[in-house]
Formats: sequence, structure tokens, C-alpha cells
Amino acid sequence: MASIQLKNVRKSFGAVNVIKGVDLEVRSGEFMVFVGPSGCGKSTLLRLISGLEDITSGEMLFDGTVVNNLAPSKRGIAMVFQSYALYPHMKVSENMAFGMELAKSSQSEIDKRVSEAANMLQITPYLDRLPKQLSGGQRQRVAIGRAIVRDPRVFLFDEPLSNLDAALRVATRLEIAKLHHKMNNVTMIYVTHDQVEAMTLADRICVLRDGLVEQVGSPLELYEQPNSLFVAGFIGSPKMNFITGVAAEPYKCQTLGVRSEHLEIVPAHGVWNGTVVHTENLGSDSFVYVDIGQEEPVVVRVNGTAHFAPGAPLQFSPINNKVYRFGADGKPLKA
Amino acid sequence: MTSQNLNVTDARNAPTVKVLGTSELTQERLRAAMWFLVPMLLVLAVVAGWPLYRTIYFSLTNASLTSLSGATFVGFDNYYSSTTLKSGKVLYDGILVDSDWWNAVWNTIRFSVVSVVLEAFFGMIVALFLNADFKGRGIVRAAILVPWAIPTIVSAKMWSWMLNDQFGIINDVLKRLGFIEKGIAWTASDATAMLAVLVVDVWKTTPFMALLILAGLQQIPKDIYEAADVDGVHPVKQFFRITLPLVRPALMVAIIFRMLDAMRIFDLIYVLTPNSSSTKTISVLAKENLFDFDKFAYGSAESTVLFLIIAVMAALYIWLGKVRFDGGDR
Repeated sequence: MASIQLKNVRKSFGAVNVIKGVDLEVRSGEFMVFVGPSGCGKSTLLRLISGLEDITSGEMLFDGTVVNNLAPSKRGIAMVFQSYALYPHMKVSENMAFGMELAKSSQSEIDKRVSEAANMLQITPYLDRLPKQLSGGQRQRVAIGRAIVRDPRVFLFDEPLSNLDAALRVATRLEIAKLHHKMNNVTMIYVTHDQVEAMTLADRICVLRDGLVEQVGSPLELYEQPNSLFVAGFIGSPKMNFITGVAAEPYKCQTLGVRSEHLEIVPAHGVWNGTVVHTENLGSDSFVYVDIGQEEPVVVRVNGTAHFAPGAPLQFSPINNKVYRFGADGKPLKA
Repeated sequence: MTSQNLNVTDARNAPTVKVLGTSELTQERLRAAMWFLVPMLLVLAVVAGWPLYRTIYFSLTNASLTSLSGATFVGFDNYYSSTTLKSGKVLYDGILVDSDWWNAVWNTIRFSVVSVVLEAFFGMIVALFLNADFKGRGIVRAAILVPWAIPTIVSAKMWSWMLNDQFGIINDVLKRLGFIEKGIAWTASDATAMLAVLVVDVWKTTPFMALLILAGLQQIPKDIYEAADVDGVHPVKQFFRITLPLVRPALMVAIIFRMLDAMRIFDLIYVLTPNSSSTKTISVLAKENLFDFDKFAYGSAESTVLFLIIAVMAALYIWLGKVRFDGGDR
């Protein structure tokens, strides 16, 4: 367990500034998720924390000690890579033991730690196989096992699920969540571009945009109190509806944000009216796409199934006036 | 029920379909493959098969350059024969009891092993260097191939001038630096001739080796080195525990290719150290017997044995390739 502090951390590759001054504290034992669109610098930030990249300026502290120039192996971290990064010529057990073996740990200690990790991840039957004889999900579990064997202060995950298929992704997501509980809440930092992964795993989420921290907070804080148009649009699925121009006028703001689950279809006197473009029936709920003259159709969530013919007229209003008002600068307007 | 029955029938039918499986498409593919192969097989038969057959045939006759058509069959006499004289003394003949032959075999093996080991060693160093990221890497990669691109006759002549005992630049430099007092006849002296040949061959062929190894190095994913950094693996250990095992398949292919090539070395030695018994290899000796000494059948026998040695090595390589070379990919 360790707390990590970043103080005005910057990173440039030549003339390109990737991280443009990040201040962040990752609390001890916390599951922190970095999320953002591709190119926002989230993976670079993780690599700076791991020590695989040097920071250009600023300070990085682990438990209050500056680690700017400390080698990755001395930071007490373990990293799980997107591509698994298993040693292809070594058996699963050798992959997991390699680091300890070179650190000259006793054979009994190595065996104990490897078998414990293998048990935890249910990969004991594969210990004698080569990585190429495993499926993607099994390889990812071996990579996680290798990280566990290192007994690190901090776990770093770099988009660990993005090479898995959808079903396996959900299952492995759960595994990682369980792992965090089982490992006595060791500090974990997890990078993803998938906001659903972020919402389901994180204690706190750090939304990054263009090399800067946009907002840090618990999943619900980000969902309920986004402090910018960007975060409002990034967190939540389906994406928050943004209504601009004349349609937003009744609320006296530049952009009005309203989530599909906070809209209800009304028979008459709706705030907005338009025509149905398309309906997605998912069984438990349905999403109705309504054209009200905006650039993109507005999505309205309906409980259960919905039957609207394309072109049918529809009126809808926000439930309990749950709307987000944003000014011209993309920041929320005070009520 | 119906659908289950249907599945069972499907499963039973499947293998039959496969057995019959020469569909029109498959037949067309086989035919196309054959037509693509035929020209190659014809060319090989004419330029490799026929000469090889003639060589083996002549090695079993008493042919000489002047009477190739008048050759008569003598069995394995060119390889090994014994005659008992009236006095009871037994005389042995044939390449297997020829000291010149064994000297050439020894020279060939010595040259091949030493040159290939050195080339693999230096080739690995050059490949590791070229695999690193630096400015102008493309130009360096192209430049490093120059020694290999120069025709052997040209580079051999060039080196023979550089190594000349009176006018050569190498002796001149060594003299000025005070290492030697008198020019050394590198290519002519028995003590240094093999050394000279090895130096020139290593200079010439290391780039080729480096390029083959480099191709292998580039197959290794970069992220496992990052995993090793996180594991705290020292760079030297990373080389021996990760790079070397993973590049081994490519390295083995390169070494065996070079080995087969080195076993039949001729041009470099013929130009650089003509008529030196300390560097004469099987190919050079066979050429002497075939054309200079008018012992055509005897030279053919020597060529045949060289062919057999190389054929066994090639077969060994293919066998090893099947058994052991699968450790590299994932």
C-alpha cells in the first residue's frame, strides 16, 4: 500500500508536450482509474508513475519520498500490460517466478508465492504451459498473477481488458474488482478509455483531457456533478444529451445537458417536441432517438420496451427538472 | 427431436465430405501449384541435378579431362582401393588415404567453424547496435552491407594488396605504430595465411549475418523488455535470459546457412592465398585435381564427398528446424 503524489508533473517527447502539469494524489489503498479519450496522456501518466518514462519536470512522491529518478523495479510497483507482455519462451510458472528468481529469493518462497497467486486466479492447471498455449483471458490472468507475485505497493494496469472479447471483459473486470478486495485493498491505478470500466471499478476516477486533469472524484460525483461539458459528455452511457440554441433558451444557458434517464415522454405540454428517428429495444429498457432540430437526435430512455414508428411525433420533458446548465466556456453555471 | 436427429446426421456426413474433399477449387489450386513448380523443377534438374549426376558418375570411373567419353567404370577405387604386390606388400590408394585430402578437410572445417563463430559473434553485436533507435539508422544499415555487396574477387584482390608484405597499408601502419619491425607476408606465410583468410571472410560476411539476426531481433516484442524492467532484470541478464533465447531460431538459421556456405569456400582462398597448403580447402583441392592435374575422376570423388557432407548438414538443419525451432514465437 502506498500513497502517490504528483506535483505539477510534465512530460514532453521532443517538442510535443503530452502531460502539461498534473497535480494529483492517489490515496493509499485506493482504486484509481485514469480515463479519457485516446491521446489524452493517460497511458503516459501511468508510465511516468511506473518509472518506464522519466518525467520532464515536476515531482513524483511515493509515501512522501521523491522517486523521480528511481528505477521501476525499486518503486515497488507491478504492471499489467495491454498486450500481456509475457515472456514467450518461459512457462507460466517461470513467467511468474522470473522477477523473484533474479532477486535471489529462496526456492520455497518462490514456490509458495507462485502457487498462492495461481490459486487466487485459478491458473494452477496452466503453470506448465507456454503463453502461446493459452487463450487471451488466461494470458491476461497470468500477467496479473505475475504482478501479484511481485507483492507490490502499487498495481498498475494499462488497458488490461482491451484485447479481450466483450463477455470475457466483463468477467475479468469482476476478477480485478475482487482482487482489489482480496489483496487488502492495495493501491491500484488502472488506465482505460472505457467509461463503463471506470465507473464499475473505481473508488475515484481521474478524467484526463489533452494532458491535463479535467476532474477527479468518485464515480457518482462525476456522474452527478460534472464540472465541465467534457466530463458530462464522457461519463455515463448513453452519452448525455446536449441541447443548444433556441431549444436551450428556456433554461438561460449556452448548452443544456440532460441525461436520457432523466427524460420522460409526456402526452402533451412537453418542453421539447420532435419526431422519432429510431428506437433501440434492449429488453429491460429502450432508447428512443428523437429529432428536435439539433445536430444530433436526443436520446430518451424508456422503461421496458417501447414501440414508436419512425416519424411519429413525440413530446418529452426532464424529470424533476434534473438538467445541467453550461456556460459558453463549457463550465457549469451556478444556480 | 427433429433438430437433434438432424445434427447427428450432419456429424456423420462431415467426415465423408472431407474424404471426398477434392473440390473443383482444390483441384484447380493443385493444378496451379504444379504449373508454378514445373519451371523451377526443370531449371533445377538442368543446372543442379544433371551436373551432380555427372560428378557422381565420373567419381566412379577413371575419367581424365582429355578422355571424358572413354571413361571406364572402376567402382569406388577413387575413394579407396588396395593392391597387394607380389612381395606381399599392400598399397592403399584413394582420397580416404590421401594426406592432401585430409589436410583440405581439416582446413575446411577449421575455416568454417572459426569464421562462422566469429561472424555470429560480431553479427550479433552489429545487429544489437542496429536494433537500437538512433538518428541515421537507415543509412548505417545500408552502409554496413557494402562489404557484403562487393564481389568476392574484388574484395579479395583489394585485401591482398592491403596485406602485401612490401607495399601493403596494413604492414605500413603496424610498422609506424611500432608493433612490427619488418613487413609480414600475411598471405604467403604458412603461419598467417589462414588468419588472413579468416579476417577477410569475417569482414565480408558479418553484415549478412547481422542482417539475418536483426530480422530476428525485430520480431521480439518491445513490451516484454518493459516487463523485465519492472521485474528489475539487469540489462545483461535481459540479453542472456530474454533476447538470446528469443533470437535463437533466427540465429540458428543464419549460422547454418553460413556454415553450408563456408564449407564450400573457393573464390576468396583461390585469389588471396593461391597454392598455400595451410589454407587449401576441399573445393580448391577438387578444382586442382579436376582441371590442373588432369585427375578428373579423383577430383569428382572429392566433390562428391563434399556434396555428401553438405547434404547431411542440410538434412540435419531441416530436421532440427522441425524439432526445435518452435520456441521463438508465441
